Amino acid sequence: MSVVPEEELLAPGHRACPGCGSVLAVRYALKALGKNTIVCASTGCMEVVTTPYPETAWRVPWIHVAFENVAAVASGVQAGLKKLGKHDIKAVAIGGDGGTVDIGLQALSGMVERNDNVVYICTDNEAYMNTGIQRSGATPFAAWTTTTPVGKVKRGEDRPKKNMLAIINAHGAPYVAAASIGYPIDFIKKVKKAASIEGSTYIHVHCPCGPGWRFDSSKTIEIAKLAVLTGMWNLYEIERGEFKLTFKPPKRRPVADYLKMQGRFRHLTDEEIAEIQRMVGEECKRLGIE
Amino acid sequence: MKKFITGNDAAAIGAKLARVKVISAYPITPQTTIVEKLSEFVANGELDAEYMKVESEHSALSACIGAAATGVRTFTATSSQGLMLMSEIMFVASGLRLPIVMTNVNRSLSAPLNIWCDQQDSIAVRDSGWIQLYCENNQEIIDSTIQAFRIAEETLLPVMVCFDGYILSHTTEPVDIPEQDEVDKFLPPYKYPYSLDPEHPVTIGAVGVPDFYEEFRYMLQKAMLESRGKILEVGQAFNKQFGREHGLIECYRSDDAEVLLLTMGSLSGSVKEVVDEYRGHGERVGLVKVRTFRPFLAKELAEALSNAKAVAVLEKNFSPGSTGALFSDLSGAFANAKKSPLLLNFICGLGGRDVSVIQIREAAKAAMEAAKTGEVKEAVRWLGLRETMVGLRP
Repeated sequence: MSVVPEEELLAPGHRACPGCGSVLAVRYALKALGKNTIVCASTGCMEVVTTPYPETAWRVPWIHVAFENVAAVASGVQAGLKKLGKHDIKAVAIGGDGGTVDIGLQALSGMVERNDNVVYICTDNEAYMNTGIQRSGATPFAAWTTTTPVGKVKRGEDRPKKNMLAIINAHGAPYVAAASIGYPIDFIKKVKKAASIEGSTYIHVHCPCGPGWRFDSSKTIEIAKLAVLTGMWNLYEIERGEFKLTFKPPKRRPVADYLKMQGRFRHLTDEEIAEIQRMVGEECKRLGIE
Repeated sequence: MKKFITGNDAAAIGAKLARVKVISAYPITPQTTIVEKLSEFVANGELDAEYMKVESEHSALSACIGAAATGVRTFTATSSQGLMLMSEIMFVASGLRLPIVMTNVNRSLSAPLNIWCDQQDSIAVRDSGWIQLYCENNQEIIDSTIQAFRIAEETLLPVMVCFDGYILSHTTEPVDIPEQDEVDKFLPPYKYPYSLDPEHPVTIGAVGVPDFYEEFRYMLQKAMLESRGKILEVGQAFNKQFGREHGLIECYRSDDAEVLLLTMGSLSGSVKEVVDEYRGHGERVGLVKVRTFRPFLAKELAEALSNAKAVAVLEKNFSPGSTGALFSDLSGAFANAKKSPLLLNFICGLGGRDVSVIQIREAAKAAMEAAKTGEVKEAVRWLGLRETMVGLRP
């Protein structure tokens, strides 16, 4: 097992909610990256909770500019580092799912197409949580959010989650990986690998959100693990086009085990759960992990 | 060395002489030949810089911010719609106090789509916290571009150098190009005091809660107001070394003038001709040219204009439902004045329409009439407007 550094580069005392999954992702990522890192943050929960002036939780240099441009800011940082000859410092971009899969997709596409030397980490909590649980392109099928309410006519989000790994991989990125805060060693290894590669690398980390998904703050890790154990989220990496599953659940558990723990899926009927089960089966088949 | 070059070449050569390290830009008419030229300089090894091929103007400025924050000199260039796309990030650049330099080649805004010159684009971002310099000719473009880096870096404010699309950008004029070693003496290497460095971690772009936000905004205001002195000082240092001074405002045959015309940008050249014509007839007409629009030089302008009886403000922009931007700012400059000239506003040259000498005379005549009668018949007029087409006349 790889050694996880004890040093905390994200200081305690930040304002994240109890049981926040995303802040764990940031904390683990910094352990993997070490202090020779410049973090660029997009607007969102992680930016807001860590930097209420005059306080900061960041023990590495950090810059926030706006919501949709973190990839471009990081591209600029790596260009500056290159001109300064500081080849030992890594530029890292951290964005939430909204800032990555929706409003930030153009800037991210540009960064990856240029293959700028940046590690991009998307902390995915499957909705716009900072503004109060509005759906994003990463919101899963059938989930309740404040903009996909469950009413007489509509039954939550009507489209499946956008497949970001396929999108980034299609750009020819040297490394993309799907990770989860429920599996920190797997995540840390992926961040380390991403940082060791020259070029644009992308890690999409699944981060449960208690207030948004409607579960108790003590259940974050359990739910993160269940997403993987049910096949709702799969842990894999694609290195220079080569797919590798990094964790295979011994026996895939039914999706109901995951869905029934969360208030955002409370409205689901047995038929709807069966439909999600079918979709998960298809996705696993597509990834070749049957 | 004197050479015949376009305004866009002057901007590109100015950026090269400033030894920019990161250029991040996106093509847009009529700016494009600036970044073409810069990419050539980089491709030929004449300029040691990263040329970032970004996918939009929004990313162009975002990348400049990232690069400037690591501690390197950055440059971008745009026009019109591109500037509008950047505008969100322009406010951030000034709020973060990053000394980025941008050329804006002035072009109208859609709709209707139009690629020709007016100044609506840069006027629309006058509140973005960027210093705005407007150039009259290609010599001013190269000089102002070089000066802009020193002004930006000494004030920690971003600077826009604006000049008129096509009228200057694609027009060749003789320009005295400064020597590299002279520019090196004038412009010290880039230094940013709060750069992103793991040895000394800083947090840039924190959340400003209501308890702090207003102070941050005031600090920006203070820096902008104080930049007036720096622009002047840098201009004087430039003059000492290169023998050319462009000042904050330029007063042309204005000392004893009863009627003054006020302009920004290339229009000033034509106005100077009209002024000479009137002077030839013994009429006391002069020009005041605004080179620095932000910070707005209320005191200097009030002083320069206060002895006139009437001032005609000619400008290539307007605020729908209000007046031209220069006119409204100028009205504010006289708000508590003991003595104020009559003020007339002429909107002209929108979307590349030529502003003729006849139209300039029309504005001057209206101001002369106001000076004589002590009355302004029409405060805001659109010059060259086809009145039948817009239903003002049958």
